[in-house]
Amino acid sequence: MDTDKNTLNFSRLLAQVLLFGLFGLAIGVFSRWPAYQALAPGRAVVKVSFTHHGKPVSECHQLSPAELAKLPPNMRAPVQCPRERSPVRIEVDVDGQVAYRHAAMSSGLSRDGASAVYQRIELAAGTHQITVRMNDDARQSGYTHVRADTVVLKPAQILVIDFDSEAGGVTFK
Amino acid sequence: MSAAAVPVGYGRRTFERLEHWFDRPLGAGLNPLRHLGALGFLFFWLIAVSGIYLYIVLDTSATGAYASIDQLSREQWYLGGVLRSMHRYAADGFILVMLAHLLREWLFGRYGGFRRYSWLTGVPLLPLVFACAIGGFWLNWDALGQFSAQATAEWLDGLPVFASPLTRNFLSAATVSDRLFSLFVFIHLGLPLLLLFALWFHIQRISLAEVFPPRALAWGTVGTLLVLSLLNPVLSHAPADLSTAPTLLALDWIVLFVHPLMYFTSAGFVWSLVGGSLLLLTLLPWLSRQARAPVAVVEPDYCNGCRRCLADCPYAAITMAPHPTRHLAGREIAVVHADLCAACGICVGSCPSSTPFRSISELVTGIDLPQSPISELRQQLHTGLASLEAPHKLVVFGCDHGADVRALCAPDVIAFSQVCTGMLPPSFVEYALRDGASAVLVTGCRAGSCEFRLGQLWTAQRLTGQREPHLRASVPPERVATCWADRGEEALLVQALDALRQQLTRPDEASPLR
Repeated sequence: MDTDKNTLNFSRLLAQVLLFGLFGLAIGVFSRWPAYQALAPGRAVVKVSFTHHGKPVSECHQLSPAELAKLPPNMRAPVQCPRERSPVRIEVDVDGQVAYRHAAMSSGLSRDGASAVYQRIELAAGTHQITVRMNDDARQSGYTHVRADTVVLKPAQILVIDFDSEAGGVTFK
Repeated sequence: MSAAAVPVGYGRRTFERLEHWFDRPLGAGLNPLRHLGALGFLFFWLIAVSGIYLYIVLDTSATGAYASIDQLSREQWYLGGVLRSMHRYAADGFILVMLAHLLREWLFGRYGGFRRYSWLTGVPLLPLVFACAIGGFWLNWDALGQFSAQATAEWLDGLPVFASPLTRNFLSAATVSDRLFSLFVFIHLGLPLLLLFALWFHIQRISLAEVFPPRALAWGTVGTLLVLSLLNPVLSHAPADLSTAPTLLALDWIVLFVHPLMYFTSAGFVWSLVGGSLLLLTLLPWLSRQARAPVAVVEPDYCNGCRRCLADCPYAAITMAPHPTRHLAGREIAVVHADLCAACGICVGSCPSSTPFRSISELVTGIDLPQSPISELRQQLHTGLASLEAPHKLVVFGCDHGADVRALCAPDVIAFSQVCTGMLPPSFVEYALRDGASAVLVTGCRAGSCEFRLGQLWTAQRLTGQREPHLRASVPPERVATCWADRGEEALLVQALDALRQQLTRPDEASPLR
């Protein structure tokens, strides 16, 4: 009888250790396995990202004396400019092929905020001819900013394409 | 039966089988499937304690965070390193038991009616827990933290609400400032405080909520995490480098699975999945067609304000108020809050006025269920015993959610099924024996399986004299048996009845009532 009881207790203890072990094993394994390949070997990343205010959508308007007279005295500014900003159009070519094309609308209810872009492009590591064309003025056809460069990307390297007006426009970092 | 009910029913039976399978070696006390909520709390406490130590040694600057954690893991592996590993593994455990808890409550249909509050306050815990856990990876600021922070930012940018993309915060090392790290710290420390507050809300309408598992289970769980932390310590990846993309990562799939899912599908898909799931979970209480049973009713003339129903109600549906009856002035009366009442009848079983020995012709008790009054049980018991002609008469008291007792009726057996076994006043056992029964079998759900949380526990304690109202000590214990069995385990009841019959045929065993 005692032997049976001891065997039962031992079996229960063994089963308990086994179940706790399985629980620990499940956590231990799935907290690190299988390894995740976030970026394939031999690949690099180009991040196209900027926040930029487009130019006003139209020209400022010089008010005539008659138009000014219709306005309340405190609002009689002789020149009225539109609040709305131009959407920023961007095209990115990689080795002669369009890799990204987008028109970023101005933010804000009155469309008077900055246009923002973020795009992640994966490329094979190596040498690439990258051309960025941008238009931030709806009054002009064509592109207001263009930059073309040959870049050599190392595996896993991140190239950031940004816009910095103080640095002369489109930047590669 | 709806098409959705079939897989849910199958899932419930599978879960119950798993619980029974775990019961064998572990017993109800050690069975983690019966203490998922309490285990969640245990993991939360472990995360909090280990997290406090980690925060003390963490350099909260963008440039110093990685080095401080890495140094801790390597140079103080026996304390800081173990605590760091336990911090991570406890977070994994928290998420696993939380999801299992959600699955169990859903499969068992525990989300509507009086449970709606607990269900609805549980839904926000899901995103909150994941937000807390994911934010922890950023603080370490290694390649995995970099990957997670960038992936989270890309996912958030999937919603057109930010004027400037959040991902721009991770374009170069210059953009990851100490100020941004302060935000990380706020997320990983502030949200858990909010989580604790939300957990408190979650258990507000549950009496005697289990916020710590049974000691043996707690020690087993802590020991498991400790062994895991020693055998498989958590170490950092390479430091974050924003000019280089993370490549091969030892991803924590339990917490971070959402990132690969987004890259495999899209940010929009993950938003739809998360939003749709949370919406569905929120609407679930209204989508079910669970009819509400009439709630318990207090009879002022028979309630003396003893507070036993207040102590025993599993859902905090009873409060006490000044007694309105003049001759009981100065005493209290139980007040049932209809929205909270589960109509389980556990309060009826706890009421001292529910004793069937009272001489009044119609038994009226202090608190009763209109659909199943206690007087009816006394009447049926009396009639049933009188109708049995066998030499040894057996009475079975069971419940509607445990093993089905109705099939046990035989020439020598009468069986009564109540809403919950906790509805049975223990005095009914003695009453049955004095009214001609040779023995009584009390049954209900397995320990930890009670549909109304505490009915089985209270009944077991009342019958063994550990809880009021208790079965009188003068009742011969060999004439009272208990068998805790879930639905589908009716064979256990048959065995228990056979054992009682055999015992009764032994002339030396049947002691007279004193």
